[in-house]
Amino acid sequence: MGKKKLVERGVELLVYLSSWVSILGIVFLFIFIGKEAFPLLTDPRMKEEVQFSQLWSTIWQPVSDHPKFGLVPLFIGTLKASFVAMLFATPLAILAAIFTSEFAPPRLGRAIKPVVELLAGIPSVVLGFFALVVLATWVQELFGFTMRLNATAAGIALGLAVLPIIYTVTEDALATVPKAFREASLSLGATPWQTAFKVVLPAALPGIFAALVLGFGRAVGETMIVLMASGNASIVSASLGDSIRTLSATIAAELAEVVFGDGHYRLLFGLGVLLFSFTFVLNLVGSWYIQRVKKRLLGAA
Amino acid sequence: MKDKLFVGLSAAAMLVILAMLAVILGNIFWFGKDMLSWEFISAKPTMGMTEGGIFPAIFGTVALVFLMTIAVMPAGVLTAIYLEEYARADSKMVKIVQQAVANLAGVPSIVFGLFGLGFFVNFVGRGVDGFFFGGELYYGQPAIIWAAATLALLTLPVVIVTTSEALRAVPREIKEGGLALGATRLQNLRRIIVPSALPGILTGVILAVSRGAGEVAPIMFTGAAYFLPYLPTKPNDQFMELGYHVYVMATQSPDVEATKPILYSTVFVLLALTFLLNLLAIYLRARLRKRFAEGR
Repeated sequence: MGKKKLVERGVELLVYLSSWVSILGIVFLFIFIGKEAFPLLTDPRMKEEVQFSQLWSTIWQPVSDHPKFGLVPLFIGTLKASFVAMLFATPLAILAAIFTSEFAPPRLGRAIKPVVELLAGIPSVVLGFFALVVLATWVQELFGFTMRLNATAAGIALGLAVLPIIYTVTEDALATVPKAFREASLSLGATPWQTAFKVVLPAALPGIFAALVLGFGRAVGETMIVLMASGNASIVSASLGDSIRTLSATIAAELAEVVFGDGHYRLLFGLGVLLFSFTFVLNLVGSWYIQRVKKRLLGAA
Repeated sequence: MKDKLFVGLSAAAMLVILAMLAVILGNIFWFGKDMLSWEFISAKPTMGMTEGGIFPAIFGTVALVFLMTIAVMPAGVLTAIYLEEYARADSKMVKIVQQAVANLAGVPSIVFGLFGLGFFVNFVGRGVDGFFFGGELYYGQPAIIWAAATLALLTLPVVIVTTSEALRAVPREIKEGGLALGATRLQNLRRIIVPSALPGILTGVILAVSRGAGEVAPIMFTGAAYFLPYLPTKPNDQFMELGYHVYVMATQSPDVEATKPILYSTVFVLLALTFLLNLLAIYLRARLRKRFAEGR
């Protein structure tokens, strides 16, 4: 009897301790990436090598006799790719989510959802490959860009990666809208389209906002697609037809060849801290809005 | 009239998505099928990876996700059991864990790569070397065990979320029935709840494996190698991996046109692997939902 009780308590302790893995994971992520970047702020030799005033300049040339660490082209590249991705994915994903939850017969809706999950299951290196080998050529022919790999080609492929997220979160938000809302609207004589766009959509709006925030976070952080299909040239321009170099692709392309512990190495970890912090905030905002839509609608139901 | 137009527009959006999926899959299937053969799957790359097969990359991928599963399955399943069966649903700890899991799921995969290098390789690996090997270099370098550990953390949310869902799907009457008959918490868990939720738990692990097999950014600095003449046999060996192989061949090959057929077939194998796992997960999940829906 005593032994049995001990086992019961032991298991209880074990499951409790396991739940700490996720918490420690997130905390350690921050600490150990920050730790590699930290000397940039404290070590005088590092400060000499990577001057902070330099970070705002427009040239990223980390490997040369006089390395230049201007982050502006990397920010611009990241924003351009994410912008194209969101522009491409948002209307398709939201309209498709509305179709699945509002207009499609329930059986068709249930069949469609796993198909979009399949799109989400394509590894990003495969999307990157497809963009590099096939899509880039189509985009170039369509728009007549001089550079084959550019912000538009990478952005569209990136859009394919964020589309399932926007779709799923939007669809979830629409599904939390109580049936009574729809029935009330329809019984007042509104058409299905009016019900969807004037009743259901506004009620689920915080959830759709969350979908966009989470999608944007994914676009900013996604690596393999932009690494393979964006051209990786750090150009400062407004044109979506130019090659770009994003923050994530810079880390991926340069970390393997960098000298361990030097300024460039530390700066790449610094970019990681930036990327992590930015997506972390976006995720908090996203889940806050998801909570809000749930509270508002399920509380009212 | 206007109504039909907008409903049609939303249906068209759905069709465009399906068409894009079909184009991608069709393209890779069409150009990937020609090179595919038993030899391609079972032989080593030769001639600077322009000829031969991809066996080392397949072996490396399987070994990698196997090690990853050993790490992520217990941690993920036990966390889900804590969240659903042991903790009080409104407790602070549950909220914190859930928020941590949600955030972990949103961390970019390249950041996991940095973490794997900064934590597992530089901190844990060097710590092990200093402690057990007198500072000689054994584990303080990129290796399959560190890549697997990094992927385990990346896929942890997948296992936790899916397992939680599966545990929640077990009807309350079944759970309480066990307790009412005098089973202890642990007996109830082992004999009733976990067996009923097993397909769902399996789904989580399969999804994690599928995700892990497709990720490249987290393993680039933590153990994957361009080319190795041997297979990984020790935990501190480096390894070749399918996704990384695709990336390397697509971007660093000296002769892109010559590697293209091999490249397509490698993508085909990678995609088939992740897709079959995904389909299996979708099927299992649907079966689980149906089972409990019928029971009610």
